[in-house]
Amino acid sequence: MNANKSNGVSIGARRAIAYIVLILLSFLCLFWFYVLFINATRSNGELGRGFTAIPSTHLIENMRNVFHGTLPMIKGMRNSLVISSFTALCCTYFSVMTAFAIQAYPFRGRQAVFSFILAIMMIPTQVTALGFVQLVNKMGLENNFIPLIVPAIASPVTFFYMKQYMEANLPMSLLEAARIDGAGEFFIFNRIVLPLMKPAIAVQAIFSFVSSWNNYFTPALILHKEHVKTLPILIAQLRAADWLKFDMGQVYAAIAFSIFPVIVVYLLLSKYIVGGVAAGAVKG
Amino acid sequence: MGSKKKSAVMGYTKWGYIFLIPFAAVFIVFQLIPLASTIYNSLFENYMSGLKHIGPNFIGLANYTKLFTSGDFMKYFKNTMIMWILGFVPQILVSLLLGAWFTDPSLRLKGQRVFKTVIYLPNLIMASAFAMLFFTLFADTGPVNSILVNMHVFAKPFKFMSNIWSVRGLVAFMNFLMWFGNTTILLMAGMMGIDTNLFEAAQVDGATATQIFFKITLPLLRPILIYVMVTSLIGGLQMFDVPQILTDGSGDPVRSSMTLIMYLNKHLYSKNFGLAGALSVILLIITGILSMIIFKATAQPENN
Repeated sequence: MNANKSNGVSIGARRAIAYIVLILLSFLCLFWFYVLFINATRSNGELGRGFTAIPSTHLIENMRNVFHGTLPMIKGMRNSLVISSFTALCCTYFSVMTAFAIQAYPFRGRQAVFSFILAIMMIPTQVTALGFVQLVNKMGLENNFIPLIVPAIASPVTFFYMKQYMEANLPMSLLEAARIDGAGEFFIFNRIVLPLMKPAIAVQAIFSFVSSWNNYFTPALILHKEHVKTLPILIAQLRAADWLKFDMGQVYAAIAFSIFPVIVVYLLLSKYIVGGVAAGAVKG
Repeated sequence: MGSKKKSAVMGYTKWGYIFLIPFAAVFIVFQLIPLASTIYNSLFENYMSGLKHIGPNFIGLANYTKLFTSGDFMKYFKNTMIMWILGFVPQILVSLLLGAWFTDPSLRLKGQRVFKTVIYLPNLIMASAFAMLFFTLFADTGPVNSILVNMHVFAKPFKFMSNIWSVRGLVAFMNFLMWFGNTTILLMAGMMGIDTNLFEAAQVDGATATQIFFKITLPLLRPILIYVMVTSLIGGLQMFDVPQILTDGSGDPVRSSMTLIMYLNKHLYSKNFGLAGALSVILLIITGILSMIIFKATAQPENN
């Protein structure tokens, strides 16, 4: 009542405006993917005749053309999957380990190490790319997945998230009890700390998987041979090709092939992902 | 007894160092050494002239002066900033509005989870595939032109890719779509941290929703707003995937959408290591200054 008068505009009207804006924004977010889906189901001829809102019947045919086309899309997806999975694994396991080192052991210089890791958090990967590529070439690791996976072991952002989570969820008394029972430090880390960190690991594994999956800049500098290329590099090649000669149904199907798996996984896991962003924000 | 206990403590504190080894080793090999060699490279003349390799010859800071006097750096810096601002202004305004609505208890919006899921979705899409999608959708014969011509907005297809401001606009629009959901969630977390008694007290005093927003919510959000703005600016300086794929690396028309990292990428491919190094170092310095601002902004409230 009181709120109605003081706001000038009634609560009902404000609510209506909010819903209209939200629906418009949702439309803006989803429209492009809807068009992508429709166009991936249409043949080149149908696409030439302009846009319609109804899907056609050529999805499977387009997909088959993509898989047998000039771009090794299936291999690209396999490479992307391998790199992203191992990146997520390395990133989360070793970030928990680093966080554990700083959280559980009162060694000399602990605070300095912690401050240092926070300070390097913002260094963009692009500014070290020159030295990185030269180093990789010197090590003979071109066209190899190692330089794309191993650097994830030192991920300051993931480390920071793990450290925050550990402060709230890892009782030191538990470690003491395990030590009295004669457990070694590695055993404690792998059998007690890791299971306790599962929720945080799940959230960060998703984020590191996705950022590795989407990464274009670094892989494009390292992977040159056709059979090791990842999806983003193949998409760039698709763009660089003389695309007017292409079967457009096939182009849309190729884009759909690299976008829709992520959307499906996201919708399944969205609860954790959106929650994870918010959890990171409260502390950040 | 005392010394025995101390040695036991010492015995396991060394594990702190042991568990730090993987991080330290990887950081030194894959970040610190590359960083040092990038800085080192920036002081040398080292490039390919046709098939001939020139250098490396030590030339001090000449790469830096060349970068600034040739005008390219300033031009691409300007492009990057224009596209960042075009995307960031609507992003922060929309995010503040949505955040205020989602956290307003008197509004009681339904379906919040669905909306949040939808607006965060573009953030996870592969930026290169998203840019490729926009390239095909906004092509001269693409579906967007087909829709606009059918609706009689245009008499004939609009050449989105040949106009300076439509290309910049598309890049900014994609950045907006990809980031406003993320910003909304960050700001909401900040808004929910504000003591609700403040809002109730203001309401009792007869403040309107607009007054509450500008007089209570915004000032209290200041640290997180600065955080969002500066991290977005750092991200903006790294803008690469979207304009690179959209314009096929050319930054056309007339390099008006060429960003700093696209410029760096070009030098890396043409093995122009001196200039690439100088450009990297400048970007590192700018990022460093911006990060200091974040630390200052987020550390302040704890001191008070």
